[in-house]
Amino acid sequence: MTAYRSILLVVLGLAALPLAAPALVGAGIFAGANTLYNLMVFVLIIALAAQGWNLAGGYGGQFSFGHAAFFGTGAYAQAILQTRYGINPWAALVAAVALGALVGAVIGFLAFRARLRGSYFALVTLAFAEVFRILANAAPITGGAAGTLVPLDVRWANLQFASREAFYYLALAFVALVLLLNRLVERSRFGTYLVAVRENEDAARALGVDTLQVKLKAITLSAAITALAGALYTQKFLYVDANIAYGAWISIEALLAPIVGGIGTVFGPLVGALTLIGLGEAAKVAIHALFGSAIPGVDLVVYGVLLILVIAFAPRGVIGLLDRRAR
Amino acid sequence: MLNVEGVTKRFGGLVAVSDVSMTVAKGSISGLIGPNGAGKTTLFTMISGFERPTAGRVLFEGDDVTGRPPEALALLGIARTFQIVQPFAGLTVRENVAVGAYLRHPRREEAFARAEEVASLVGLADLDRPASALTVAGRKRLELARALATDPKLLLLDEVLAGLNPSEIRDIVPVIHAIRDQGVTILMIEHVMQAVMSLCERVHVIANGRTIAAGTPAEVVSDPQVVEAYLGQGAAGRLAGRAVHG
Ligand SMILES: Nc1ncnc2c1ncn2[C@@H]1O[C@H](COP(=O)(O)OP(=O)(O)OP(=O)(O)O)[C@@H](O)[C@H]1O
Ligand SMILES: [Mg+2]
Repeated sequence: MTAYRSILLVVLGLAALPLAAPALVGAGIFAGANTLYNLMVFVLIIALAAQGWNLAGGYGGQFSFGHAAFFGTGAYAQAILQTRYGINPWAALVAAVALGALVGAVIGFLAFRARLRGSYFALVTLAFAEVFRILANAAPITGGAAGTLVPLDVRWANLQFASREAFYYLALAFVALVLLLNRLVERSRFGTYLVAVRENEDAARALGVDTLQVKLKAITLSAAITALAGALYTQKFLYVDANIAYGAWISIEALLAPIVGGIGTVFGPLVGALTLIGLGEAAKVAIHALFGSAIPGVDLVVYGVLLILVIAFAPRGVIGLLDRRAR
Repeated sequence: MLNVEGVTKRFGGLVAVSDVSMTVAKGSISGLIGPNGAGKTTLFTMISGFERPTAGRVLFEGDDVTGRPPEALALLGIARTFQIVQPFAGLTVRENVAVGAYLRHPRREEAFARAEEVASLVGLADLDRPASALTVAGRKRLELARALATDPKLLLLDEVLAGLNPSEIRDIVPVIHAIRDQGVTILMIEHVMQAVMSLCERVHVIANGRTIAAGTPAEVVSDPQVVEAYLGQGAAGRLAGRAVHG
């Protein structure tokens, strides 16, 4: 049971945020409770997208540069299904995840059957995401360049909440669920096969592992989780356009968070998302205090520096550092 | 159990294996020997499905399995080890062996239990270590354990003794006997002649991709063609001359 206790502790810790909120706001770290919750929901959404990436990329070694393809599909499905087809947002959420999984399965099938590996696989996923972005920017159904607005209609049945905490808890529940799923995968045949495929495909095949099937399963599950993140994004911010949905930014966040946090670990994506976004925000605040105005793109500079530091000094990410400390 | 019929493999202009035929009897330990670059590993890659023969057939238990992928052959009961050991570095020793055991035991507890059985049979201890922490001898045992954990009918061993010192070899030879005694047929590529002599009932010799001899170990080592393949042109004659005069 110890394998699951850490998940319980982390989730309980995050669930206690509302208790700490007044103190954090009072100390002047956050401008207000709204800012805090918006930021934390954003962190959880990125964590979720990154958890998806980590499954195929971290455990399976299939590095994608194009997880935007899945995030965007989830985000658009969530927006379009309710605005154009009048589908209930809860049902849309399920459909968005299913569509994301489908897109993952199709891209995976095309790429893996062609035996694409390493940087070739990364480039193909990137190309898919870019094509989707260009199409979404032009197609009428997505609202083209103007994007799609989800009308404000605050009702539980509508997946819109009056209380700030509610959406935070919803996002946290999904992150917790995926943490659990991750642990289950780690302890299953599929999870062990996935790592075997990452380490050495030929050796895995010699032991009877159907590597194509393992990779397909991984990318499908991975895409479904990242699509869930996209759908939540739409539901939180009630707006989506091509650059949000299919933009390179989310592909980068989804792969950087696990690398910074600890690649191929259960908590890596969550820790990475907290670190990345936390430091990015801190840098913005610091710059604002120093120069009196914002410098656009400063968070990207922070990400770049973090990536270099991690690669040079902490190949196992923040989790690896903590692990070493603990011993 | 295994019939290789006229198998040939070309890589561009190079003929790595040329029209080789051999039979491995059920329950036997057979050897495949030959000088470096003879085509032994290439023959294994074709039997285990990693490469498709340019010509010829591979029959396993009477069925034509030529060109089937390795994962399908593993399921049928053909397992191989790699000459260059390939541990899954990110997994523990136990998990490495479990990758093999999962083939017939989908549940974690059962796969781990089988992995532990196999590990103790080949003399692997300390199963919670990362596989990357193993010594050369440890890696060879792991390679063996993983393949064995798939519960194969036919086990192809590619130089499992290479790189081991004499005492390590003495330790592992009885393990190979024990595996056979559990009903696994073994075909082994081996350079360590002392082990070939003590383990193998039949030996197949290839040089430059062609069969040059086949028979019991005693027969093949006295075959002039084999001696020449190993020691160079005319060596058999010189040795024979020395034997007469000395
Ligand atoms: N994939 C490949 N592409 C091209 N040539 C190859 C390939 N694999 C093997 N060869 C060549 O085929 C020949 C036979 O190689 P192989 O590895 O089968 O020899 P071997 O008998 O196992 O030798 P050793 O005892 O050194 O392991 C060699 O000349 C080798 O260079
Ligand atoms: Mg060889």
